[in-house]
Order: sequence, then C-alpha cells, then structure tokens
Amino acid sequence: MNIYVLLKRTFDTEEKITLSNGKINEDGAEFIINPYDEYAVEEAIQVRDAQGGEVTVISVGTEEAEKQLRTALAMGADKAVLINIEDDIENGDQFTTAKIIGEYLKDKEADLIIAGNVAIDGGSGQVGPRVAEILGIPYITTITKLDIADGNVSVIRDVEGDSETIEASLPLLVTAQQGLNDPRYPSLPGIMKAKKKPLEELELDDLDLEEDDVEAKTKTIEIYLPAKKEAGKVLSGEIGDQVNELVQLLRSEAKVI
Amino acid sequence: MARKFLVLGEVRDGSLRNVSFEAIGAAKLAADGGEIVGVLVGDSVQDLGNELIQYGADRVVAVENDQLKQYTSDGFAQALLAVIEQEKPEGIFFGHTALGKDLAPKLAGKLESGLISDVTSIEEEGGNIVFTRPIYSGKAFEKKIVTGGVIFATIRPNNIEPLAKDESRSGDVAALSVDIKDLRTIIKDVVRKASEGVDLSEAKVIIAGGRGVKSEDGFEPLKELAQVLGGAVGASRGACDADYCDYSLQIGQTGKVVTPDLYIACGISGAIQHLAGMSNSKVIVAINKDPEANIFNVADYGIVGDLFEVIPLLTEEFKKLKVNA
Repeated sequence: MNIYVLLKRTFDTEEKITLSNGKINEDGAEFIINPYDEYAVEEAIQVRDAQGGEVTVISVGTEEAEKQLRTALAMGADKAVLINIEDDIENGDQFTTAKIIGEYLKDKEADLIIAGNVAIDGGSGQVGPRVAEILGIPYITTITKLDIADGNVSVIRDVEGDSETIEASLPLLVTAQQGLNDPRYPSLPGIMKAKKKPLEELELDDLDLEEDDVEAKTKTIEIYLPAKKEAGKVLSGEIGDQVNELVQLLRSEAKVI
Repeated sequence: MARKFLVLGEVRDGSLRNVSFEAIGAAKLAADGGEIVGVLVGDSVQDLGNELIQYGADRVVAVENDQLKQYTSDGFAQALLAVIEQEKPEGIFFGHTALGKDLAPKLAGKLESGLISDVTSIEEEGGNIVFTRPIYSGKAFEKKIVTGGVIFATIRPNNIEPLAKDESRSGDVAALSVDIKDLRTIIKDVVRKASEGVDLSEAKVIIAGGRGVKSEDGFEPLKELAQVLGGAVGASRGACDADYCDYSLQIGQTGKVVTPDLYIACGISGAIQHLAGMSNSKVIVAINKDPEANIFNVADYGIVGDLFEVIPLLTEEFKKLKVNA
C-alpha cells in the first residue's frame, strides 16, 4: 500500500507566544511535529506493518522541517519529502499549501493519505480536505479508528463526541483525531536508521509551479496578543461562606448566572 | 458595499443549532446591507426556513433529498454548490462545528477560494471584511481578509451575538431540487456519546475536571453541577490520560478550544496547554487545593479548597437559587 502522511512542524505546546515586529517570535522556541500529525505518522506505520507497502512523509515548509521529518523516519516511516518554499513564498495560506501538496501527489497513486485534523499553530484544519478535493478523492476528518481489509475501509469518526462508523474505499484521505493511537517514541536504532533513509528536497520549480499558481487566497493584516488578564479574586473564610460569596459574585458582579 | 451572503443553517436532531443564528449575525456584519440567504440541506428541513428568517435571513433556499438525511461531505457539497451556482453570493458562512470544519474546506478548495476558519469577530474596515481568529489555540489572535474567490468563513460558537428573534419577520422559503449522487463515504452507524449533555463547544457554562478529580466517579459531582447550571462537563488532558473520562471531553491545545460565559475549573492545575483551550472564557472560576496552582493566575474568582467539599455546596446553592427563581 502506498501511504502518504502530511506533516507540519509547529511550536511546542509548552511555548509562550511573543511578538517581534508584528510577527510571532520564533527565536529560541522549541519545535515539534504537530501533535495531530504524530497520530497520522503512527497510524501510517501501523497500516504499513499490517498491509505491507511504504510510508512517505511530506512537509511543506522551510529547511528546518528536516528535523521533524527525520523524527518521523526514526519512528518508522520509509521516506520523506520536504517541499522547501522558503525562497519562493512569503505569505502562503492553506490554499497555497494544499495546492503544492496536491501538485506533488497528483501522479503518485497514493492509496491512503493521512494528515492531522488540525495544526495547533494556525488551527485552520483546512489542508487535508483541500488536498483530497484537488486529487478528487474522498476524505473523512477527525477519525479515531481505521480498519482496512481488501481495499475496503471502515473508520470511526469523532463528531463532537459522538462516534460515526463510516465505510469508504481506497484511495482515501483521513485526518487524525486524538485517541486514534499512542504515537511511539523513536527508538535509538530507529534514530540511527533514519539518518540513512531518503529525504528528498524539492522546490516549486521541481513541481512546475509558479508563485502565481499558489498565491494565497487570504491575507493576514495583523497579529496581536490577547489583553493580559487582571489578577482575580481568591476568596477566603469558611468554605461555606466562600461558596455563598462566589454565587453572589457570579450573579451580581460577573452577571453570568 | 452591499454584499450577498449565504449562511448554512445547521440542523441537529431536527432543530437549528444556535451557532447558525450567530453565523447570520456575522453575515449581517459582513453584508453591509446586502441580502442574507439562509440555506438548509437535509431530507426534511424546509419547515425550519422561517426560523432562519426570524433570526435575520431575508429568504431561504432549501435543498431536500433522501440522500441528504445524514451529513456526508460529498452529498452536502453537491447541494451547496448548486445553491452557490444559483445565488452567486460574495460569501458563505458556516458554524465552526464538526460539519462546518469538514465541509467548508472542500467547497473553498473546489472554488479555489479563501476560507477563514474559527472566526471570533468581524468588522468592516476600508471596504474590507476583517475577520479576527485565534491562533496558537488562543495564545495570540490574527486579523485576516479574503483576497481571492468567494469569501468563506466558519464562525466559532458563543462569540458573535445572534440578532434578536423577530417573529413578525417573513420571507420566501424556496425549494431547490438537486440531484445527489456518487456518495463515496457511507455512514453505517452513529453512537451518541455526547447526547447526555450539552455540546462542549456551544455550552454557555462548562464544569471542567483535572487530575484532582481522582477517578471516573470523581466526575459525578461535576456532572451534577453542570446539570443544575444547564452546562457541559469538560476535562484537562491529565484527567483524560488518566482514563477518568473520554478524550472527547478534553479542553486544551490538543482537544477543544472553548469560550463559554462561565468556566469552572475543578482540580485543574492550569498547564499552559490547558489554558490555551479555555483562557478566553468570559468568566473563570478555579477550585483547587493548591493555592500556588497556575489556574489561579487566569481565574476571575478562586476558592482554595477540596473540590469534593466545594462542588456539592455550590450545587446546593445554585439549586436554591433555581427554586427561588
């Protein structure tokens, strides 16, 4: 089975966000594989181990994403592709990324494409469905279980807490929701092997794309941080009195009850 | 510049979701006096058209088809593309719900258009519609405009005020017949886990538990309080990882991002990942044994104490209020 994973390098969830010159300050920040994409990598490896085939992990970004791709290879993916847009694109959006991935995948005959359902930085959750639409294949988002037998696929999809059992056939794109699996940590032998696994680096030129073809359909005009919250009121006294006071405050001061 | 907007009225269990009325409110802000056309898609939805009009739509187009009884991206996309083709709107808004998140990118992709997801406010600025949305799970915000194609947006529940319901409003509810075919995904079964409570993303009140809840049973007092307040129960990652509750309840950087009117955090330490998912709630109450817990730094009101002592008392107080009201 020919399996592709869409992976994004994101800020570590521990990072505090600061701005410099109106942009998110990346200096000194730790970067990780987007947590939802980690589920995607793990699932792809498990499907390959059960069904045979090959897992290729794709990332659109800058050369720094090589580190996260190597981590995916160390987990057990077979190949990685970094589409480096650093020199070509200054302000891309989800249209841009999906178009590039779609162009790359259009002649790859992917059976299964797995992505995270959302990236924890931009939080748009668009790229998966957009790629499926470009490739003309069906997709199922926020899945928590994936079974494949004889080309037939059965998935469980999380729909705001409810579970839908959905049947589909390959080729298919799915996006991973939390609970799909427990992503493995790369083993030491895995890390050693990953250094020798193929990691191909491409640019827009290699995909016969011009900057105009992938020009963003949206534009960010400002980034700002939320207003700092003033310190709240920690109540004191007997617990019973505190509870009474809290109820009064919620009614008369906060007016939410 | 007056612009025509479509708004999808999302139907759940035979009723329109509140977020759809909020999306009409959002469209009013963006349309600048232009027409708002409500869209209904399903097997039997046309009767709901009037309610969309009472909440501010000027008229409604309903696509009914047996193939649309359950949501599938293929079926709903065919229906909406037919409506877009007929109406040629400047923009189309959805709720930022499971359905909106699943469907909007497909349509925006098909129409090579910009989509701004998870919008929390909208304003007109120099002829542009400026959308504000959280990034980094609410650790920062960005303002965006759509520069290409149809203006697509998904509207986060609980952030944009719906218009007041006006029962005297009336308008045309027209059927549009669309041939729905080649559905490539088939829903075999739906297990309703969330049905016992209010949906987290739309809840006005959330009672959330962390590791301090200690066990699955420990969530019981939280559930009782949620019931009295008509709210939903949520959880921190710690509580989910410890198997006290289902991952579908998780609030945080992974998990759901919520903005209720009242968020009561019980036995939650307040890790940065959890704060990302709830810190933009309107009022936050923290109940924790540890006075040094980080959650007190974002709380409007805090009680340092044992949640198993505090929560039942709180539940009693609110019950009394209800009786007196």
